[in-house]
Amino acid sequence: MSFRAKHLLGIEHLAPDEISTLLDLADQYANKPTDVRHRSVLAGMTQINMFFENSTRTQASFELAGKRLGADVMNMAMQASSIKKGETLIDTALTLNAMHPDLLIMRHPHSGAVDLLAQKVNAAVLNAGDGLHEHPTQALLDALTIRRAKGRLHRLSVAICGDVAHSRVARSNIILLGKMENRVRLIAPPTLMPAGINEFGCEVFDNMEEGLQDVDVVMMLRLQKERMDGGFIPSEREYFHRYGLDAAKLAFAKPDAIVMHPGPMNRGVEIDGTIADDINRSVIQTQVEMGVAVRMAAMDLLAQNLRAARKTDVMA
Amino acid sequence: MKTLFKNARLIDPVALSQDMGALLVEDGKITATYPDVPDIEVAEVVDCDGKCLAPGIIDIGVKVSEPGERHKESFRSAGRAAAAGGVTTIVTRPDTLPAIDTPEILEFVERRAQQDAPVHVLPMAALTKGRDGREMTEIGFLQDAGAVAFSDADRVISDTKVFARALTYARSLDALVVGHVQEPGLSTGAAVTSGKFASLRGLPGVSAMAERMALDRDISLLEMTGAKYHVDQITTARALPTLERAKRNGLDVTAGIGVHHLTLNELDVADYRTFFKLKPPLRSEDDRMAVVQALADGQIDIISSMHTPQDEESKRLPYQEAASGAVGLETLLPAALRLVHEGHIDLPRLFRALSLNPARRLGLEAGRLLDGSTADLILFDPDKPFVMDRTKLLSKSKNTPFDGARLEGKVLGTWVSGKKVFG
Repeated sequence: MSFRAKHLLGIEHLAPDEISTLLDLADQYANKPTDVRHRSVLAGMTQINMFFENSTRTQASFELAGKRLGADVMNMAMQASSIKKGETLIDTALTLNAMHPDLLIMRHPHSGAVDLLAQKVNAAVLNAGDGLHEHPTQALLDALTIRRAKGRLHRLSVAICGDVAHSRVARSNIILLGKMENRVRLIAPPTLMPAGINEFGCEVFDNMEEGLQDVDVVMMLRLQKERMDGGFIPSEREYFHRYGLDAAKLAFAKPDAIVMHPGPMNRGVEIDGTIADDINRSVIQTQVEMGVAVRMAAMDLLAQNLRAARKTDVMA
Repeated sequence: MKTLFKNARLIDPVALSQDMGALLVEDGKITATYPDVPDIEVAEVVDCDGKCLAPGIIDIGVKVSEPGERHKESFRSAGRAAAAGGVTTIVTRPDTLPAIDTPEILEFVERRAQQDAPVHVLPMAALTKGRDGREMTEIGFLQDAGAVAFSDADRVISDTKVFARALTYARSLDALVVGHVQEPGLSTGAAVTSGKFASLRGLPGVSAMAERMALDRDISLLEMTGAKYHVDQITTARALPTLERAKRNGLDVTAGIGVHHLTLNELDVADYRTFFKLKPPLRSEDDRMAVVQALADGQIDIISSMHTPQDEESKRLPYQEAASGAVGLETLLPAALRLVHEGHIDLPRLFRALSLNPARRLGLEAGRLLDGSTADLILFDPDKPFVMDRTKLLSKSKNTPFDGARLEGKVLGTWVSGKKVFG
């Protein structure tokens, strides 16, 4: 099997063949999402969702994916729990580890927190977003969505537009699309571009019309207002005027270009509502659907590797 | 009592020579050097077996966590670590709990150092009360009580008027002020140097330019006030022209650098290794090469360990939350010797930065192998290889970025005022 990873911490650590393997399996799950035969895949395994940051969509997606595969799923309310009592992340991890979970899904506001967890536990760890670092399952579901809509995941021109600086989704997507040999164009006001962006191997634009020229995929990012220290952009309305996706700007992309958004959307800030709802262009609902399939595939593959490793341990 | 060190490679940072010879110590002072073994009566002979004998290291900016956090480092543990690392004088930082900002606290520190540390301990005191950047400390009283320099350690006095007055007052007492240069607005919340690596890791970064902006301000204030000023760490290429210009214009300014910034770069952080979290953060390789060159040229004057003990708990956290700093007393010499082995600098010039220049800056009769200077000496083998094991450190805190690293250079013996304290 060409999926070797023990944990899914970021796209950075995956090889192109591992990405393809995962997407192939996710494709199968997407075709038959609710097949009862899936329920044996994670039967007897325990999945714990630890979300240190608010999330409705991602947490629900992971929970549903685990339940469809027959895992025992537990949601820890991390916001309200022991962290408030001063327990460190490592102690929380060790406490959970003592309960022998098989899959740990974690979202955390600090970059690298998931790496730290993975060093301390025996379970397979899945990153559901860490700080401004990575959000690998989002990039994988985006990749699957693109592959199903475009018939391939290479030699495509993909524009990622908006708050790249504060987006872990953008980082994971830049890495994944690069690994699969696509052209990535980043479009944002310079204040919302991360430092050193010119060394990322992407084309960088601060003008939507130029950046969207002839692209196959338009990926919009949420303008993460809650992350703003203040003063990155003059106002929401100026932002929408210059960087919001509307029909006029979309006309610069290829006629069959698809429109994506990781959600939740700010209609009228980064995307015009009519574009988001245009069933001929927008694949935003498909993304949500692919999210469950990709997470099923990721947990399936990690569980296989986990079982294989345990077997080797017993034999040794 | 006379002690003769014979068969030594004498590392002389004044003459910039490293010839074989012998050295005579009498009553804690160096009294003579000889090209051969002299025919004299002595009480004790130390055969150096061809190894290097150099003036002991004077380390400006060591954090001993007394008062306040003795579990991280005490005068005993820091003193023993220093002796083992070839550091014969530690110049302590005032960023303790509470800050060393009154003569009473300073006296406590000196008493503790006297009791427990086998090496010389010279304390720095805070420049402003509580290191808060608002009111200046009793610089005169503190100086009378033994403070050798004044510094708010890693805090920048952002109120320029307060800093200007403190510098003006310090000038009247000929007191040395040690500054830290980071433009405070830009550097707020930063954990790494901004750039591709920071962006890929999703960590908040500070532009390397923040160092130059702060240095520009401080240099302007020196022109205004005429104060005596040492900047603790210059770590970026962009700050170097400012430093060079200030020196050329005759301002009384010197610059230091921590050994970690000379030997490591930002990529060493890799997958969020918090032992590499420093203040200022590690820089790009281009910056590192520029400061190594500036050190070899003598533009950067002083190397220090920036010894900052942190307990395990404060480092076992997500990178952004983890504490900054690394211990360095025991790794300062082998790490600095990397620069020698890589051919960037020779041994006498290295000891100019480790021993001679800090002694000159503080007005000490040490840091050299000349007649009459204090017999603070180290004997070391610059080529002895070893793999660093942090659990073997004498420091109470073990937060070294060199854990598991292959290093070369071992201290064989350390003498403080002619008395053997290690080896």
